[in-house]
Amino acid sequence: MRVLMPESVSEALAFKATNPDIVPIAGGTDLLVQWPGQLERQAASYLDLSGLDELRTIRWTQDTLELGALTTYWDTLCQPRVGVEHPLLHDAARQVGAIQIQTRGTWAGNIINASPAADGVPVLMAYDATVVLASVDGERQVPLSAFYHGYKQLEARPHELIRKILVPRREHDVQFFEKVAPRQAQAITVVGVTVAHSSCGWRVVASSMAPTVCRCPHLESLLQEGTPVSCPEDLLEPLRADVSPIDDLRSSAHYREQVMSRVLYFNLGETCPAFRSTR
Amino acid sequence: MSDNQRIELRFQLNGESVQVRVHPSDRLLDLLRYDLGLPGTKEGCGEGECGACTVLMDGVPANSCLIPAYQVRGRTILTIESTELADVEPLLAAGTTQCGACTPGVVMTARWIRDHPELLERFGSRQLMAGNLCRCTGYDGIIDGLLALVGQDEEA
Ligand SMILES: Cc1cc2nc3c(=O)[nH]c(=O)nc-3n(C[C@H](O)[C@H](O)[C@H](O)COP(=O)(O)OP(=O)(O)OC[C@H]3O[C@@H](n4cnc5c(N)ncnc54)[C@H](O)[C@@H]3O)c2cc1C
Repeated sequence: MRVLMPESVSEALAFKATNPDIVPIAGGTDLLVQWPGQLERQAASYLDLSGLDELRTIRWTQDTLELGALTTYWDTLCQPRVGVEHPLLHDAARQVGAIQIQTRGTWAGNIINASPAADGVPVLMAYDATVVLASVDGERQVPLSAFYHGYKQLEARPHELIRKILVPRREHDVQFFEKVAPRQAQAITVVGVTVAHSSCGWRVVASSMAPTVCRCPHLESLLQEGTPVSCPEDLLEPLRADVSPIDDLRSSAHYREQVMSRVLYFNLGETCPAFRSTR
Repeated sequence: MSDNQRIELRFQLNGESVQVRVHPSDRLLDLLRYDLGLPGTKEGCGEGECGACTVLMDGVPANSCLIPAYQVRGRTILTIESTELADVEPLLAAGTTQCGACTPGVVMTARWIRDHPELLERFGSRQLMAGNLCRCTGYDGIIDGLLALVGQDEEA
């Protein structure tokens, strides 16, 4: 095993261009799990991003919050302004693992790890975040909602790195992130529901309900159109058109559908007067 | 590519500057226990769940089983060996420890909270301690010890 420790982002991109198989490492909270027992199966070479301070930035421009690729959950929790303007980023960050994971795990690592049960991805997706990918050829931007093509199939190309994540600064009148899991910490999401409403419309994002974290276009248009919803069951048909939950060791497809419809129904009922009035 | 890469690095460990050579596959936990003779940091689960291997890295708790040793270059690490008796007396008195396997990690997280009491205004004490699993105490002894250490009477 070998590790390359670039001193600048451009050096990192040059390494990645000549050796596309090299595995970037940020906080290591996905890559190092059960590490000694897996050494034979580890990649031949790693690219340590942790020394690249230029990626460890949180910045606000006129209309965007920019999270550098090394931004950890804890970094965002330490910024009160993030909690004021993008409260779901704080809600999700507080529910990732526990403190020891929040101080090391990065939002970008969460995106690339591509778990269908991820907690960072859904809130970024509900805020219409864009991933800025960099390579020796330059930069390109990909909406997070178009980043996944299938289970662990990413839009990123082998020679690209995430440089930063752009989150639009918008006013939201409805927003919530609900993680359903067996314990309040150190637990993998069984059902995740994130909802955000702004002048750009409704965003409904489901986690652990499909091969990837995904938006739910049928549920979004139901909310957009103000279709009357008198009970959680009314949401099942559009929900089934949007997601495809499975039975696995953590739960059943049936339970997941039921929980997601109820979380949506009751949380919207509590936070959205327009939704209440359709009943 | 060579399989015997050694990385030379320097970092601050318990207030002293140390220089070491590590393999790309070494974890900080291994470096501390096997190369630097500091076995106080325990390996529990080896997957970041249990917190027995908690150290403070640049002032915040982190699981040393998930940190590649080469990532500590230039950083500041505090381990359980830097603990003063005064740090643990309130914990001992409150029954924070039984078998002791989780205790080094518990103490490191508790010290961090003691040094940043403002954390308790934003987070519950149980939430802050949620990454340190204990199979003996039922947690009440841990929370009581933490509250005694920070000088609070009641759980937030
Ligand atoms: C005990 C425990 C609990 C956890 N709990 C949760 C939880 O509740 N919710 C949750 O969502 N996740 C959880 N995780 C998973 C993990 O912490 C997160 O996915 C985290 O965000 C990963 O970030 P990292 O920087 O540690 O990633 P790393 O392990 O460093 O990398 C993860 C992946 O991203 C790639 N990568 C990292 N940075 C870049 C970049 N800039 N460009 C290109 N590729 C990159 C790596 O090559 C790798 O494929 C948990 C993990 C553990 C060990």
